[in-house]
Amino acid sequence: MTDARPDNASLVERIRPVAAGAAVVAVHFLGDDAVFVLGEEALLFWRDGEEHRAAVHGGAILASACDGERVVTGGDDGQVAATDNKGASETLATDPRRRWVDHVAVANGGIAWSCGKQAFARSTKATAERAVELPSSAGGLAFAPKGFRLAIAHYNGATLWFPNAPEAKPDRLEWKGSHLDVNFSPDGRFLVTAMQEPALHGWRLVDGKHMRMSGYATKVRSMSWGPGAKWLATSGANQLVIWPFAGKDGPMGKAPKVLSPAEHRITAVAAHPKQEVCAVGYEDGMMLLTRIEDNAEILARQPDNAAIFALAWNATGNRLAFGTEDGAAGVIAF
Amino acid sequence: MSDKIPVTVLTGYLGAGKTTLLNRILSENHGKKYAVIVNEFGEIGIDNDLVVGADEEVFEMNNGCICCTVRGDLIRIIDGLMRRKGKFDAIIVETTGLADPAPVAQTFFVDENVGKRAKLDAVVTVADAKWLKDRLRDAPEAKNQIAFADVILINKTDLVSDTDLREVEARIRGINPYARLHRTERCAIPLPEVLGRNAFDLDRILDIEPSFLESGDGHDHDHDHDHDHGHDHGHDHGHDHGGLRHYHDEDMQSFSVKSERPLDPDKFFPWIQNLVAQEGQKILRCKGILSFKDDPERFVFQGVHMILDGDHQRAWQDGEERMSRAVFIGRDMPEEMIRKGFAECVA
Repeated sequence: MTDARPDNASLVERIRPVAAGAAVVAVHFLGDDAVFVLGEEALLFWRDGEEHRAAVHGGAILASACDGERVVTGGDDGQVAATDNKGASETLATDPRRRWVDHVAVANGGIAWSCGKQAFARSTKATAERAVELPSSAGGLAFAPKGFRLAIAHYNGATLWFPNAPEAKPDRLEWKGSHLDVNFSPDGRFLVTAMQEPALHGWRLVDGKHMRMSGYATKVRSMSWGPGAKWLATSGANQLVIWPFAGKDGPMGKAPKVLSPAEHRITAVAAHPKQEVCAVGYEDGMMLLTRIEDNAEILARQPDNAAIFALAWNATGNRLAFGTEDGAAGVIAF
Repeated sequence: MSDKIPVTVLTGYLGAGKTTLLNRILSENHGKKYAVIVNEFGEIGIDNDLVVGADEEVFEMNNGCICCTVRGDLIRIIDGLMRRKGKFDAIIVETTGLADPAPVAQTFFVDENVGKRAKLDAVVTVADAKWLKDRLRDAPEAKNQIAFADVILINKTDLVSDTDLREVEARIRGINPYARLHRTERCAIPLPEVLGRNAFDLDRILDIEPSFLESGDGHDHDHDHDHDHGHDHGHDHGHDHGGLRHYHDEDMQSFSVKSERPLDPDKFFPWIQNLVAQEGQKILRCKGILSFKDDPERFVFQGVHMILDGDHQRAWQDGEERMSRAVFIGRDMPEEMIRKGFAECVA
């Protein structure tokens, strides 16, 4: 199998390069402005070819999240920062022991972060945060699509926590093993974690039914929900693995759809916000747009040997931004 | 050469002197920068280096192998540190005094992201010259740390007599004859003896002869350790070989196997895989250099419990003796079964 893709319907010529100059670990959109999260210290803003940087941490940026209005970051300086599209950055919290801020989450209702075995959440209205103790270090955080509820992945399961109800005991979803990245389906029906093993685990929240999604070559580092929460696109294999979530049972007893096979593994995925299309980034730097229905592909970037680490669409779906571990980055405008 | 960041693991029972060694490494004028992963903040403080607190979280893997454990916190921390690549030359992991080194080592073989970016350099164990004997009796962790080590510092030698020191050395040798042994006071040792050892590098698996065949720091004694003389292993005991007192630990042993006739890879691989699957819990470490029939290249392998890693290393050279050798260090290992199994792998 070769990774050569026909150039005829290619978007390669339309990439507007961005000189990140350092590993890009994530990318977000604030409106039409792409915000590249660099491995250390800074965010790089891109607006129609204009670039500027904002220094937000005094060291590594370990985590980032975006609610469309601000990019929230956690650093190895023990700080949680929020930065708006003007590049104005505000420190939201500082860990008193200067522990690493390993994960962050943001939603309309507030922000959350974790340092080791403690997770914190603060609603927009509140001045102080609430904390929850975990059985082991948090592997990932995600806010539920509705309500101020936080999911925290950890060893042997996940915890669902209502930070505004401190008297209520957090719910525990159990499954053996180390759970890392976590997210809710946008309709709030399912919770999915990526595990230390090359597999995903899912729970149907109404009854706690388990879903095991395995068959990957490596740890799944990137997941993205398709429009209407009908499917979940995932990295971690040499092909785009799409789990069906449209039915009431989700992927239980169903095989995933596998698309866009290639020689190299998929390292990043980003589902288009409106259409049945997924942007796919590979370990060798290739990027494709893949139509879910019929696996029609458009080449978006030629391979160059640096893995695509970051991939995101803007909310309207007419801009796609990417970044690689070598510091190459770009935006495609449609 | 690979541009993977070397990782040195410092172990040692409580009070043996790990922190002293760490401070020595960090404060010496070597022009290098280290990222240090420690369990307790406060005891070290060197401005130039990155110091990260760890939680020593040992996670079991869901792969049907009960001794396959990894350090979840290390996976997370190394991933984070790699965002600052270029800001440090090497990583040092200090474990707690009660830690088992195996999950740390296994992390580098099991987690792909860690294995791609960092490589285990060596497990360095600091032992207390005065108290080690007692700890070997009452603390299984201390014995694990000795058995697992690539380099052992017998520290605080100024606190014991020469006779006692020889006795401690003999006990260490009874558990692990393959580690490099150094006598130190306040962990004073040239840093190249503990850093940059490449002990887990397949290309460097040459040191599989008992270490005291090499004359290292002048304290090593020439002594052939390949003995097939049927001791009673029911208890700790010593016996004299030309003046050097010699111990067998009652539950931790090491032995080597060898074959002058080439092995059949179709016999060897199923055998070793089956062996570590069945007995891997007992085998702390194994390594070997093999000569396969009709294969012009040396094959090298190493293992930690149930995890095996191996590759062709280089062509056998003219005049080089094509001997297959392997060593095993472990607890209550079925030695006769392993010897027999290895012998049956002959082509």
